[in-house]
Amino acid sequence: MDTLLFNLIWILPLITVLACAPISAQKETLLKTIHATSGTIVLLLVGYLTYRLYTLGVDSAAKESAPLLLHYYMDIPWLHMFNAHYIVGADGLNMFLLFLTAVIVWGGILVSWNIKGNQKVFFALIQLLATSVYGVFMSMDLVLFFVFYEMEALCMYLMIAGYGSGRKDYGGKKLTLTLAFGSSMILATLFGLYFESGIYSFSLVELSKVTLPMDFQMWAFPLMFMGFAVSSSLFPFHFWSPDGHSAAPTAVSMLAAGVMMKMGAYGCLRVAMFLMPEAAKIWLPYVVALLIFNVVLGPFIALRHKDLKYITAYSSISHLGLIFLGLAALTPVGLRGASLQMISHGFLTGLFFATIGMIYERTHTRDITEMGGIMRKLPFLGVGFVIAGFAGLGLPGFSGFIAESNIFIGAFQQDSTLTRIVTVLAILSITTTAVYILQTANRMLHGNMPAKYETLTDATFREKLVVVVLVLCLLLIGVFPGWIADMLDQSIAPMMRW
Amino acid sequence: MINDVSISYLIFLMPLLVFAINGLFLGRKSDKAAAAFAVAGNGIAMVSALIVAVHYFSSTFAPQKAVLFDFPFLSFAENFAAKIGLLIDPLSVMMLVVVTVISFLVNIYSIGYMRGDRSAGRFFSILSLFSFSMLGLVAATNLFQMFIFWELVGVSSYLLIGFWYHKPSAVSASKQAFILTRFADSFFLLGIVIVSYVVQSFDFFTLNGLTLAAFKKETIDLGLMVVSKADALIIGSILIFTGGWGKSAMFPMHIWLPNAMEGPTPVSSIIHSATMVVAGVYLVARLFPFFAVCGNSLTLIMWVGAFTMIFAAVIACTQKDIKRILAYSTLSQLGYMMFALGACKTGDAVIATGWTASTFHIFTHAFFKCALFLIAGSLIHQVHTNDLDAMGGLRKKMPLTYWSSLICVLAIAGIPPFSGFFSKDEIILAAFQGHHYVVFGLAILTSGLTTFYMFRLFFLAFHGAPRSESVKQGHVHEDFFMTLPIVILAVPALLSGLLGKGIFEHYFVPGRLRVPQLVLLPHAEWIPYVAVAVAAVALLIAWFFYASPKAKVERALDESNRSALYKVVYHKFYFDEMYYAVVRQFVIGGIARVARFIQDYIIEGILAFCIWFIHKLGDLVRYAQGGNLSFYLGTLIIGVLLWRFLGQLPF
Repeated sequence: MDTLLFNLIWILPLITVLACAPISAQKETLLKTIHATSGTIVLLLVGYLTYRLYTLGVDSAAKESAPLLLHYYMDIPWLHMFNAHYIVGADGLNMFLLFLTAVIVWGGILVSWNIKGNQKVFFALIQLLATSVYGVFMSMDLVLFFVFYEMEALCMYLMIAGYGSGRKDYGGKKLTLTLAFGSSMILATLFGLYFESGIYSFSLVELSKVTLPMDFQMWAFPLMFMGFAVSSSLFPFHFWSPDGHSAAPTAVSMLAAGVMMKMGAYGCLRVAMFLMPEAAKIWLPYVVALLIFNVVLGPFIALRHKDLKYITAYSSISHLGLIFLGLAALTPVGLRGASLQMISHGFLTGLFFATIGMIYERTHTRDITEMGGIMRKLPFLGVGFVIAGFAGLGLPGFSGFIAESNIFIGAFQQDSTLTRIVTVLAILSITTTAVYILQTANRMLHGNMPAKYETLTDATFREKLVVVVLVLCLLLIGVFPGWIADMLDQSIAPMMRW
Repeated sequence: MINDVSISYLIFLMPLLVFAINGLFLGRKSDKAAAAFAVAGNGIAMVSALIVAVHYFSSTFAPQKAVLFDFPFLSFAENFAAKIGLLIDPLSVMMLVVVTVISFLVNIYSIGYMRGDRSAGRFFSILSLFSFSMLGLVAATNLFQMFIFWELVGVSSYLLIGFWYHKPSAVSASKQAFILTRFADSFFLLGIVIVSYVVQSFDFFTLNGLTLAAFKKETIDLGLMVVSKADALIIGSILIFTGGWGKSAMFPMHIWLPNAMEGPTPVSSIIHSATMVVAGVYLVARLFPFFAVCGNSLTLIMWVGAFTMIFAAVIACTQKDIKRILAYSTLSQLGYMMFALGACKTGDAVIATGWTASTFHIFTHAFFKCALFLIAGSLIHQVHTNDLDAMGGLRKKMPLTYWSSLICVLAIAGIPPFSGFFSKDEIILAAFQGHHYVVFGLAILTSGLTTFYMFRLFFLAFHGAPRSESVKQGHVHEDFFMTLPIVILAVPALLSGLLGKGIFEHYFVPGRLRVPQLVLLPHAEWIPYVAVAVAAVALLIAWFFYASPKAKVERALDESNRSALYKVVYHKFYFDEMYYAVVRQFVIGGIARVARFIQDYIIEGILAFCIWFIHKLGDLVRYAQGGNLSFYLGTLIIGVLLWRFLGQLPF
């Protein structure tokens, strides 16, 4: 029963799109209500399944999924010509990512209520995007995984180019083409895995039972890792993200930064590091050198920007850099920190982009130098932004701190000189993060208010709901990290194979 | 025991509840309800803390250590977990009492102070958040918990300094305070990471029981250098101290504290003088045995403290803003506490006096300094300015405030039998016993300066003729809610030294500290006489310049013909400007600019080149298929010829 429900996660959004197809695009309220309801149902469904997973514990995990400890495991033959299966399953890691996705999709639907343009198509695209992201996180077969992974970039392009602002065509193209470049690298290694493994299978579980030849691993690992890292904006493939985010509409920014950028890091861990552990151990201590840009220089670049979305984009680049620091630690604490950071940063950046979008809808500018003192008129949104800021700079009580402390402690356990240097620099960079976040909050919310903002009105109920739920998620992980850390530990343990 | 545990929960839960309820609901509905709830909640917390303290000191508990509760928070490995708990020992019990008592009184005071402010509800909410965080900090059983609450007090301080967020000066001061302490905290975090990596524990008991000998053999790579684990612990201890260095606003990270006076005065009183800023001292006191074994960390701590002490006292002598004088005075007193801890170490031996003295001074200082800030707040509230130029002659109008201030000023000046005398005397003694004679001299000198600037403030505010219209016209009066806490605080300012001395010398003995090579030395009887004599002379000088019948107060306040040296001091040695220049020029104009240049020109440039290259490649291919017959023919012929003459043909 639960397994069937689990499959519904990605099917429901698709059904919603089909169900809405015959409805006239003029009936916007009806369409939006259907989509919002569907988003809520999926959210509740994922919430229930996450809770179930927590209560079930590792012992009841599907036996055939070993070495992974997957629940809701399902394996159906699919494409016979190259032995691709429809395999889905969940452990703590991807279950939480699914939950994150459900929250962000739900929030994205609610904040896009007044989007300009053809709403029918827009919401359909959001649901398709949701389907693809759910699919990526659920699938345990690499063909299935890749199909969903590709579908997502396409939806992203259509939404940015169609509904974005500013240089939307440029931003959309930059995003999609860079991601496609990454995908090409992944695809090449997928075929490599298929043949080199000698078992002609795309199943993660099957592939993990084979020890891949070392010379293959040595070239395939960096290729695949970097291919995935493109979508997590690891230097030097981060350049798509600021332009992409700033051009995207609010919901797409939320989904892109909150969820899509996690898919890359998830792929790095679940596919690249899991299947090629020996090469990971050799390569990753060098990958940390790239993080000097992400983690150390990223915040400084944010400091020089005035556009809220650019600031948040560089903030994301630096936070995602920390994920890679955790991965490169190759220790249980580091990997747990990396997973926590994926989840935490999803909520965090979702909140960031949601409040920014809501403020932008009111002030019609994202330039912080043109704003000031709007805290007086928009207290709720202002507080929401400040909370996002504090969570972003790693304030205890919010999830960011938990993730960061795990990453730092975990990364310090990796005994290589380069990793130590980067870890020290990353710890010291928490100051720079504080500088740009406070500078932004102060310029925008405090001080004197321009007269033109006297008529602004604060958040509506719908907007408040989104902000409150995201803040609660941040608090939940921040205040009670124990149970989520345990679940992540259990799912990470079988992946530690180096 | 069961009762004590459940009561101890209340100490933390009540402020948290006040924060949540006031922040979410009451604050927006009714200021009065928010204030009443805040006072009640903090009152319950205070009573609970007092019950725990009475039980503890009537020795129901084990004398060495007691942990009332310790919840696992986050586990990193087996036996290596972060916990949230309540540690009970004399130091933490003392701090629990100080924090709850002062929060309670400041909440009462704020009823008067915030009356009519539109955001009073928010104020009471954040003030309780602060109390909660501070209590969590002092109750910490381990470094991780300390860091969690350390950051939370930082953020409540930020929110309260910038409470009036429409005031640009307040906003920039709050930003400065947060960023500067955050800068120090980044080193603190690094220290925690290094130390916990070496020791595999955050626990204070484990850290305080360490000996370095066990760590001498193994080495650790710190990135730039490979050191032995023992040396890594020493580096870690200094990094951890750096957190306290920033939080307690020691030179050169002191500038945020005087600027933090932009916040409402009750905030300055509780956060920026009595409780939060002593967190740095508390950190060192809490980890004292650890610092004591870590090489020369304590010597560094002593010099940082001693320099801040004299540096801030000198600046305080020239300032005119009543809150800033008190802020510099706080810095100077924090310097006393800090150096007293550092001065314990002499050679390899550790002397007990400094630790007792420092914790004693935390205790006495909290009351009189809190009261002094509340008094300053009352004066500002009545006269509507911070400037001593506009005060004077307030003695008759505010008699209760006047007499309370006299007690507090005498207390901080170290005149017997007021509280400051006892604790400061022990601090000076500690320097003497440790053979740190330079620091000893500085401490005596600073005690004179302290007396001078405090009486300067006192005389200028209360004595002489009124110098502003609002005082002359007689609108000045004493508000009940604002005077009551001041009068209450005057009692411990008078008595806490006399009564506390016994308790501190009995319970705060370093035998509990488990420091190796601990020695106890006899008291040097002549020191109090010297200190009091110096203070008395300074008092007379202050009286002569600012209160004697011959004093020319107007001339003393005149800024027009000052010497260059005085101006340098008056401008606080231009440290604010230096910081500003460094941040502007070096960080934002330097590193950040270079980083953005790399991004916008180099990375985007390479990207543009790649795009251009692909386009050109595309053009080439397109040309090759562009229908140009002679091109087709030419390439065909060249191809065939190459094929032929390279000898690759099979026929």
